[in-house]
Amino acid sequence: MTLTVIFAYLAAVLLIGVWSNRRLAATGEDFFVAGRTIGPFVLLMTLFGTHMTSFALLGASAESYRIGIGVFSLMASSSALMVPIVFFFVGTRVWAVGRRLGLLTQVQFVRARWGSDGIGLLLFVVLVLLLLPYLLIGVMGGGVVLGQITDGAAPSWLGSLLVSGVVIGYVTSGGLRGTAWVNTFQTAMFMVLGAVTAVLIVTKLGGVGQALDRVAESRPDLLIRGEAIHPLRLLSYTLIPLSVGTFPHIFAHWLSARRAATFKAPVVLYPVCIAVVWIPSVLLGLFGNIDFPGLDGAASNSVLVRMIALYAPELLAGLLGAGVFAAIMSSLDSQSLSLGTMFTQDVVRHYRWGGDLDEARQVRLGRLFVVGVVATVFLLSLVAERSIFALSVWSFTGFASLLPVVVAALYWRRSTAAGAGAAILTVIALWTWFFVRGIGDADYSVGGTGVMPVAVVFAGSTLAMIVGSLLSTPPAPERVRRFIP
Amino acid sequence: MAAGAARITAYAALPVLYLLHNDLWFWDEPSRLLGLPVGLTYHVLFSAVVVLAMWRLVRVAWPGDVIDELAGEAGDEGVDP
Repeated sequence: MTLTVIFAYLAAVLLIGVWSNRRLAATGEDFFVAGRTIGPFVLLMTLFGTHMTSFALLGASAESYRIGIGVFSLMASSSALMVPIVFFFVGTRVWAVGRRLGLLTQVQFVRARWGSDGIGLLLFVVLVLLLLPYLLIGVMGGGVVLGQITDGAAPSWLGSLLVSGVVIGYVTSGGLRGTAWVNTFQTAMFMVLGAVTAVLIVTKLGGVGQALDRVAESRPDLLIRGEAIHPLRLLSYTLIPLSVGTFPHIFAHWLSARRAATFKAPVVLYPVCIAVVWIPSVLLGLFGNIDFPGLDGAASNSVLVRMIALYAPELLAGLLGAGVFAAIMSSLDSQSLSLGTMFTQDVVRHYRWGGDLDEARQVRLGRLFVVGVVATVFLLSLVAERSIFALSVWSFTGFASLLPVVVAALYWRRSTAAGAGAAILTVIALWTWFFVRGIGDADYSVGGTGVMPVAVVFAGSTLAMIVGSLLSTPPAPERVRRFIP
Repeated sequence: MAAGAARITAYAALPVLYLLHNDLWFWDEPSRLLGLPVGLTYHVLFSAVVVLAMWRLVRVAWPGDVIDELAGEAGDEGVDP
């Protein structure tokens, strides 16, 4: 039953993607940014689905199981505030500049702003290196989840293969429009299924109040922040959601908006979407302590799956599996397409490998790169260690720390290519320094103070942007005018 | 309220919300509010307040003129890829 539900879901997803192919015009702009025609509802759903990974369902419940209610303030309500702010102040202007200049990637954006090929290339390398582990986590997550839900009957490579194959199918078929349509369906799926799962399980536990009483008897520490989270960690963690401003896949979805006003729905309603997904996940994680106390390490990651196996096996397990697959694929699709776009536009087209690229060749190359990227990540998933999952917060740290470059491009006339280069190099240096010291320690903070590395890397990046710009020649006014009126 | 003042208050709400996110006052409070631990209820309500703040921001501070000027006509100045 479980596998039947999952297969039915994957077939439905594939069908939507293939169907969207009927609307595809054979141009690069249509394939890579849906011809800039996406409306407010689809933009909201696809931005949210792209941003939220399977972590919002499985990881959030596991973190709540371990550290209690504080995970909501740490990861959910901080995103509820910071993400709409980034959409409002950065997303709308990126959309406007992108529309006017016909931009498709962040590297094109940076090259157009500061006229530096080298800075564009440097950014390309950094973005690819930060994004690859993120893709790998998604593909591996599919395998892990399928294995857990089927109690080991399905090998992990099968889950990874399913996720990879289906994503290749609908992304190459419909481009960003197909991806956005599928994401809308998938986001609705994991929002609804997460809520349904929570209601069913909480009802069987006797209601929220009774379940909380039982948690309070054995683990009262989980119902407060207490020692589990340092106040400075909460303060500095609010920088992590700023990564949404530099994710290549979010950038592509911004460019796909039909009008600037299309952003109004995501700006206002994003916190609602976050609450709908995170409140059930956090509560279920807490309640996992009632029936499954004392799970350590990787075992605690499967607390939600264990609860479903106990309270609502078969159909609900299948539906949850579909929901988790939805969360995984709705990020993986946009990430792989954005990498395909970058290789096509920023490398092959920019350096004119094979001469000028006509529109049809851009689409063909984009498809080939998507297949290549996902296939490579699938092969890597067969040999990568499970410890790769610890890389996600480091990936976010790198992306968040690049935001000063984008903000300077849009708001600071005096910013220069030298400043941008200094900021990117500072991110590379500081990120590497902290990564070497902190990898393997989930609670690592700067000098044990509770301050997360992102605060220092972000500050360093901002400072380098300012100093580097002030020490170099101001950019030409006509170039600045296209970004800052 | 004049448009300029409305816009300023909409912007000013953002740093205030940032500070309010760091609720040291409920850090070790075990009581419940609206059926949930108060530390969780606070952040759920905080998210609801953010929705209102964003709604107001979009209503009174939408940078339509700047965006229109930046956007121009689609493909006005296509750049060399």
